[in-house]
Amino acid sequence: MLSIKNLNVSIQGKQILRDFNLEIKAGEIHAIMGPNGTGKSTLASTLAGKEEYEVTSGEVIFNAKNLFDMSADERAREGIFLAFQYPVEIPGVSTTNFMKAAVNAKRKHQGLEPMDAKDFLKLMREKMALVEMNKEFSSRSVNEGFSGGEKKRNEIFQMAMLEPALCLLDETDSGLDIDALRIVANGVNKLRDANRSFLVITHYQRLLNYIVPDYVHVMYGGKIVKSGGKELALKLEEQGYDWIKEENSELV
Amino acid sequence: MADNDKIIDEVVANDYKYGFTTNIEQEFAAIGLSEETVRFISAKKNEPEWMLEWRLKAYSAWLKMEQPKWQNVHFPEIDFQSIIYYAAQKKKKVINSLDDVDPEIRATYDKLGIPIQEQKLLAGVAVDYVMDSESVITTFRESLKEKGIIFCSISEAIREQPELVKQYLGSVVPQRDNYYAALNSAVFSDGSFVYIPKGVRCPMELSTYFRINAENTGQFERTLIIADEGSYVSYLEGCTAPMRDENQLHAAVVELITLDNAEIKYSTVQNWYPGDKEGKGGIYNFVTKRGMCRGKNSKISWTQVETGSAITWKYPSCILKGENSIGEFYSVAVTNNYQQADTGTKMIHIGKNTKSRIVSKGISAGKSQNSYRGLVQVHKTADNAYNSSQCDSLLIGDKCGAHTFPYLEIKNKTGRVEHEATTSKIGEDLLFYCNQRGLSNEEAVSMIINGYCKEVFKQLPMEFMVEAQKLLSISLEGSVG
Ligand SMILES: Nc1ncnc2c1ncn2[C@@H]1O[C@H](COP(=O)(O)OP(=O)(O)OP(=O)(O)O)[C@@H](O)[C@H]1O
Ligand SMILES: [Mg+2]
Repeated sequence: MLSIKNLNVSIQGKQILRDFNLEIKAGEIHAIMGPNGTGKSTLASTLAGKEEYEVTSGEVIFNAKNLFDMSADERAREGIFLAFQYPVEIPGVSTTNFMKAAVNAKRKHQGLEPMDAKDFLKLMREKMALVEMNKEFSSRSVNEGFSGGEKKRNEIFQMAMLEPALCLLDETDSGLDIDALRIVANGVNKLRDANRSFLVITHYQRLLNYIVPDYVHVMYGGKIVKSGGKELALKLEEQGYDWIKEENSELV
Repeated sequence: MADNDKIIDEVVANDYKYGFTTNIEQEFAAIGLSEETVRFISAKKNEPEWMLEWRLKAYSAWLKMEQPKWQNVHFPEIDFQSIIYYAAQKKKKVINSLDDVDPEIRATYDKLGIPIQEQKLLAGVAVDYVMDSESVITTFRESLKEKGIIFCSISEAIREQPELVKQYLGSVVPQRDNYYAALNSAVFSDGSFVYIPKGVRCPMELSTYFRINAENTGQFERTLIIADEGSYVSYLEGCTAPMRDENQLHAAVVELITLDNAEIKYSTVQNWYPGDKEGKGGIYNFVTKRGMCRGKNSKISWTQVETGSAITWKYPSCILKGENSIGEFYSVAVTNNYQQADTGTKMIHIGKNTKSRIVSKGISAGKSQNSYRGLVQVHKTADNAYNSSQCDSLLIGDKCGAHTFPYLEIKNKTGRVEHEATTSKIGEDLLFYCNQRGLSNEEAVSMIINGYCKEVFKQLPMEFMVEAQKLLSISLEGSVG
């Protein structure tokens, strides 16, 4: 599904990702952990196509297509979804209208007619129920005045609406209370299937109790320095990052 | 960035769809302005003596006035002697029915999307078609007449309704009100007249469509709307002009009067030619619009969507004289490329318990400059007056400017005034968020802008709301790369 080879990315002349490599197959869940500022969000944003991030070398193949040949919106229509670490507010645009535009943009890309209004509202209700979101949110402006946790939930709702092939979750768990964490994780689990892959960025092992990953990677100094199964997350939780930093002191 | 420029170039090159001209034989007044010109226009219109005198009074006032310089717009001094003040279709015949309208003119309005054909018109909208200095035809007159509603060209009203015109013309915007109003009072050539009798709710939207066609001419139209006690009318104004390299002057005056318990809703979708991307050509839109709530419990509501013109300079205002009267101003002003807009409103509270509400949304893109200028005045007599103002500016790109000039003059301690202003940008983060959901830049900008302007758009009648939304997207297309 996704193959990242020797990816180097800079922002404002400062190199963030260094010879980054990662292979994600259909249906897999990969978790990425790592200290603040090591480039986790940079990775997610680069994959999603944010322009400030300059790809200096390397290659990313997504579903047999060269990712860097596509603009951010094309990538989204091709099935890449990023649940933002900091979702933005869109005043005056209701969640319903926003989602209608997004769903229909994708359908158009697939050669389908815009969705019938009734079917669309039904889909909205169904997916809101998935993350236990109150339906009043559908008429409110996107993220405007939403609490931190509500914004994160809204991201997962949108993800459910758009049924992407590759889901990038950037710290979706931070800011969620214990119940919301469970609800959001359940939502994600329900979207799990053999054709959908996830890249979950998190700081807390706790999330991985709910969303059980196939692989856990530790990122440091712009690359993956350790990979393992879910037990790696437990070790990090216990021991922190000191041992990682020591092993890789040459990277910083 | 190069790509960005290219998109802008392409879009701006084709974006003004109304830039064509109509070939009809026209007759013109001699170039320039003198007492003779004023007499010529008055004679062409077969006006009574009192009207000519009224015009001449305005002309002599104008001669003593100076072009205002205080507005935040810049342009070379206008040479009033190089303008033609009257242009009308030459072949004069009496137009009794729609079939009598010149096919060329019909074709023009077809092309503009407002066919002169009652049955095919936007459901239930009566239209007065004005081209250059003359009203072409007014539709639905007969069915309106049955209710006692008068909807005709102002020239006709001067001849047929002299009492109403004498009583109200200049009662809200006096001849010497300001430089351009004085000019208009001297040389106005046509426009619309509406009278809604007591207790009548006008059963359809009334509308005037202004079209500049002739070269080197100025457009000076005059609109007068009177809503008698307990009546209601919703009025719409639209306009376009051909693309020309030289600037053309449009100096209109609109006067609204509401008596006790009456209401006028006046909506404008202004789409005069804005000039090309280098700032060449375009209309100078210098307009005086003012409403007077004369009667108690009366209401005047202005809604404007301003997307066109090289320079826009207008302040639709309300004089709230009647007790409990209400004034409203909802505005969306968009500037792109080298356009300049200095627009806003004046709310003059005179009567007790008068209320006003201002919602202004300025959107600037390209190298344009967009200013909001608003005055809220509470007179000594205006106990418990209340105003709320919301002025928002949105910037697209970093070469444009947004400015806000709110003025307050409060002479009554019981008055309450609330003012809120914001400036925001369509930031990279917001665009990226929309892109990430599969929306192209164009789709994203259009959605963001429409969300931003929602409060104003919802004031417009349905068909015009859709039109305005489209227009806005078109005028901003390509402004984000
Ligand atoms: N727009 C920017 N301008 C300059 N530096 C930036 C910019 N965006 C990110 N960086 C820098 O790039 C580095 C990596 O940032 P990134 O957000 O990818 O880290 P992260 O691993 O997601 O951290 P966290 O765990 O705190 O979310 C940081 O040092 C950050 O300051
Ligand atoms: Mg991050």
